Amino acid sequence: MNFPSRLIEEAVDQMASLPGIGRKTALRLVLHMLRRDEEDVERFSNAFTTLRSGIKACKICNNLSDTEICGICSDPRREHRTVCVVEGIRELLAIESTEQFRGSYHVLGGVISPMDGVGPNDLYIQSLIDRVQNGTVDEIIFALSTTMEGETTSFYLYKKLSEYDVRVTAIARGVAIGDELQYADEVTLARSIMQRLPYENALPGK
Amino acid sequence: MRIRSLSLVNFKNYEEATLDFSPEVNCLVGDNGSGKTTVLDAIYYLSFCKSYFNPIDSQNVRYDQSFFLIQSQVEKAGEVDKLHCGVKSGQKKQFRRNDKEYQRLADHIGLYPAVILTPNDIDLVKEGSEVRRKFMDGIISQYDRKYLDSLLEYNRALLQRNNLLRFFAENRTYDEESLEVWDHALVKYGEYIHDQRTAFVEKFISFFNDVYQKISGGAEVVSLMYQSQMNDKKLDDLLQDARGKDRQLRRSTQGIHKDDLSFLIQDHPIKKFGSQGQQKTYLIALKLAQYSFIEEATGEKPVLLLDDIFDKIDDKRVGALMELVSQGSFGQIFITDTHEERIPKMFRDIGCDLNVFHVNQGAVDSDAKTMIHGEKE
Repeated sequence: MNFPSRLIEEAVDQMASLPGIGRKTALRLVLHMLRRDEEDVERFSNAFTTLRSGIKACKICNNLSDTEICGICSDPRREHRTVCVVEGIRELLAIESTEQFRGSYHVLGGVISPMDGVGPNDLYIQSLIDRVQNGTVDEIIFALSTTMEGETTSFYLYKKLSEYDVRVTAIARGVAIGDELQYADEVTLARSIMQRLPYENALPGK
Repeated sequence: MRIRSLSLVNFKNYEEATLDFSPEVNCLVGDNGSGKTTVLDAIYYLSFCKSYFNPIDSQNVRYDQSFFLIQSQVEKAGEVDKLHCGVKSGQKKQFRRNDKEYQRLADHIGLYPAVILTPNDIDLVKEGSEVRRKFMDGIISQYDRKYLDSLLEYNRALLQRNNLLRFFAENRTYDEESLEVWDHALVKYGEYIHDQRTAFVEKFISFFNDVYQKISGGAEVVSLMYQSQMNDKKLDDLLQDARGKDRQLRRSTQGIHKDDLSFLIQDHPIKKFGSQGQQKTYLIALKLAQYSFIEEATGEKPVLLLDDIFDKIDDKRVGALMELVSQGSFGQIFITDTHEERIPKMFRDIGCDLNVFHVNQGAVDSDAKTMIHGEKE
């Protein structure tokens, strides 16, 4: 595509560097920007500049935050002695949106996968162990993906934490709520049968 | 299960053909390149959703055509099912059973079992251990879903562990704990796979010995053994003991990925000490044992596809083999041969009915129409 203006070309190149955006979509977005008020566009581009320079990782849990300590870690109403270990921010947000968890988090920043060059030292594992070592934690909940890498990471953490006096739990795995049993995945169903619950714990509304 | 009819359009060298089969023995005779084996391959395709000889679909379409079709009427448990498979360039493969398209091809594989024996299969005897592990895996995963899942997980853990070992070597570091977590995964899935392979081979051997003795007339003593590092030691300990070696070689040296089946004749490896005829006999016995095994595991008689099996074995064994397969314990059979008279004569001698199909391609140019005449002997 040949553009009449070098400025447009530069803008399109930048826009197209985003994942999932091709050059045609990029051009459409850029032309849309041109139609907007100048202040509007200023605000738009400012949002990204300040985002990049202003964002911090929470000193305690490694969650993204505007401040040294994130909103969750500094919230006095939350139960900080229960820590939920997640892979990334998206998993944290998913659990937050359930509104069922009142503890705090620890964001690992990935899972162990030698294939992708990620080892334990590339993750925020030591800071988690430090938190436990300081005696500020009663329970650690593993909420990692049930892939081979997720399971392996959980197992690694479990071994690391076994010398400390802390309760280690993992989120339950089983049949999805609202699923018809006949369509459930066989491996999941097999596991649900093996790790069945006393019915009182499974009563609706509990 | 029995195949009633088969129709091909643009599949390999066939422009269009329809064949009606006998429920017992079907013999395809013709010259080289006439399309005998193609018929077997089409039947194999209906069973496994891919060609035995060439897994690349686009290369199974006739020259200068854009699609192929394989359709068939198959009798199973008293009902006739319609199978339809269409491949068109640039489109997803269509596989339908009774006009209903499959969501996943994996749901189809195993419903209409077939066992094929071709000259290529001699790789099982001659090639490396991977071919023999695949042979075992292919049979076991047909009746044990968990086995296939475990195998996939095991391979993934193995890949990760090998990557880690390479990382250690390249960066001159070592961390026992990082390695242990992958050991844990290997043990978890490897032990299950080892147990299932042990159980499989134990059962398989009796089928195998039985068939081999019948074909060879008891001329030689053969045996089959499952070889695994885990036969007398736990994988956990094996991995511990091989720490140094694994680090040095930068890969995992212990586990079920090192398993093998050893094929012996008079207690010596048949690969080195067996004649070509003995190797072939061994191979035939393996395949027929596979047949019996699948039949017992699924309760369904697979279709038996025998391609050019007369190569390299003596007439006595061929006779014994034909007698064995014609006794009715092998359901529907398809045999190819280049000799027009050999098989019909053999079956007449045994006193068994068969359908003979003369397959020939009039001329070499691609317009030539494939002609097939069925005639009841």
